[in-house]
Amino acid sequence: MSAQRQAAGPIPSPLPPGENQRSGQKRAGVSRGRDEGVPVRPKALAIYLMCGPETPELAEAAVEGGADLLELGFPFSDPLADGPVIRRAAERALAQGMRTPACLECLAATRARLPHTPLVPMTYASLLEAYGWERFAADAQAAGAASLIVVDLPAGVRPELRRVQLVAPTSTDERLALAAEQTDGWLYLVTLTGTTGARAELSPSLAELVTRARRRTELPLYAGFGISTPDHARAAAALADGVVVGSRAVEVAEDGPGSLSDYARSLRQALDEA
Amino acid sequence: MQLTYGEYGGRYVPETLIPALDELEAGWREAQDDPRFHSELDELGRSYAGRPTPLTLAERFAPGKRLYLKREDLLHTGAHKLNNALGQALLALRLGKRRIVAETGAGQHGVAAATVCARFGLDCVVYMGAEDMRRQRPNLERMALLGAEVRTVEFGTRTLKEATSEAIRDWITNVEDTHYLIGSCVGPAPYPEIVRELQSVIGREAREQVLAAEGRLPEVALACVGGGSNAIGLFSGFVDDAEVRLVGVEAGGAASLGSGRPAVLHGSRSSVLADEDGQVLDAESISAGLDYPGVGPEHAFLRDSGRAEYVGATDEEAVAAFRRLARTEGILPALEPSHALARVAELDETLVLLCLSGRGDKDLAEVAER
Repeated sequence: MSAQRQAAGPIPSPLPPGENQRSGQKRAGVSRGRDEGVPVRPKALAIYLMCGPETPELAEAAVEGGADLLELGFPFSDPLADGPVIRRAAERALAQGMRTPACLECLAATRARLPHTPLVPMTYASLLEAYGWERFAADAQAAGAASLIVVDLPAGVRPELRRVQLVAPTSTDERLALAAEQTDGWLYLVTLTGTTGARAELSPSLAELVTRARRRTELPLYAGFGISTPDHARAAAALADGVVVGSRAVEVAEDGPGSLSDYARSLRQALDEA
Repeated sequence: MQLTYGEYGGRYVPETLIPALDELEAGWREAQDDPRFHSELDELGRSYAGRPTPLTLAERFAPGKRLYLKREDLLHTGAHKLNNALGQALLALRLGKRRIVAETGAGQHGVAAATVCARFGLDCVVYMGAEDMRRQRPNLERMALLGAEVRTVEFGTRTLKEATSEAIRDWITNVEDTHYLIGSCVGPAPYPEIVRELQSVIGREAREQVLAAEGRLPEVALACVGGGSNAIGLFSGFVDDAEVRLVGVEAGGAASLGSGRPAVLHGSRSSVLADEDGQVLDAESISAGLDYPGVGPEHAFLRDSGRAEYVGATDEEAVAAFRRLARTEGILPALEPSHALARVAELDETLVLLCLSGRGDKDLAEVAER
């Protein structure tokens, strides 16, 4: 990657998926696309994939199935917020040599295949610390990133790094307000108190979190953690503006692009019904 | 509130934990300002833990020197870890948390956590790496007898690093009713400060004891450093005495300060054994308690400022010092402080204070293999 590239300014805020490709409506879920006659996609589907040799192809399959946004995991050796599926995927990726430079190449290769889909690297602070905070942001942007997610960099820490902020059921109203103020384009609602990974039921905490977050921001609210089935997606989308699916997508991706595309399509259908 | 130490420390944790850290910080402040907290802790120290611990002159181990051992090995449960566990248990009770989660490497912190949970009727879950369970079996059995649930960590290094990650994941999941009883001066703020303050009793007592015995301060204060809690506790008694040299001794294969780089691990920025991409490396030490690739942020700060210096000792040197202390003084030290003992002979100074942070019963099998 372009180590010599000048540190650029903040990463531009990605519009809610669907909007930057379709219409200029301000909010997700508001009759967008009607004028252009393209299908209405009121709810956004974000799919998480771990960076690896097959990721560009998998990403294309996910979008073909209906994903609007892709989170690309840059693996870290000690991922505190992740459950077993993503932790193991990170271990495998690291064993395959997916260090920061290789992940940036993976991001660029994915961008080459998907010029219009927002791509958001999702990682941990230690990678940015080692690579250089500004340099990481600049090189990620140059490789096609629409924003960043740094799981262990809560709102208020390093506010100059433009990124999507996460809020959780434990977040106070003050912290919700801070995260909403500092976030980049949309707010990531962690549906549950816990780590990433599939759960049997959608977290009952999501409804209250959406209500509290909605009082503080007009930005799109995407719900993630513990969402793995079309039923979860449908239920979450009844509350939020979109869903993020991680662990289950990583598992399905192991069966190849065809399976991932089918899986994304099943989630897409559920969201369109919501 | 001390959130950072120079450029080290901070709170690099998922958002889910931030409100819990704020609550912990507020509870800690209130406790610090409450004389009842201190008197209760002092009383537990005296009547339950065995404080003050003695100071022992080790003339046969270190001929020609005045080597004083601060005998934390004689504390209840056999190591300094209980100082921290007692204080944090009182804190958990004040916060209304009835479930304790902890990590352990050598098992000494796990035993201390299990002990205070038994004493106060709290639920206790201890995460321990499978490799450490193998080499520290006696402590595994002690934790079980004390009523703790010990959960094996079977992935990654299968040692303290992974046990700590799993304990933090448990805390993230159960944060509403659970206190994370971290065992060393690592982790997100305010943990490094809490652990230092609770271990500072080592330095306070030792300072008075050396003054009483020698009429002057020690020339050197020496302690082993893994995460660094016994060292920071000892150093805190002398950090303002510029004439006292502070020396930390790391395990050669786990020299976070000697050969680490700035990185983020387990919620704080510190000096970490990490590669150029920020991926954390495996530490390698015979001593499960020092086998950790990170270190408390305050130690990284003390190193950079030049106030403390940090050196290494190999597995072989530690085992030799272990055997020598046994034969010359009739004391079986833990392998962790054996690393500090290994550096005594080459010191230029005569009056030396060393924190003997724990006893060696747990290490007999490991030493016998050598």
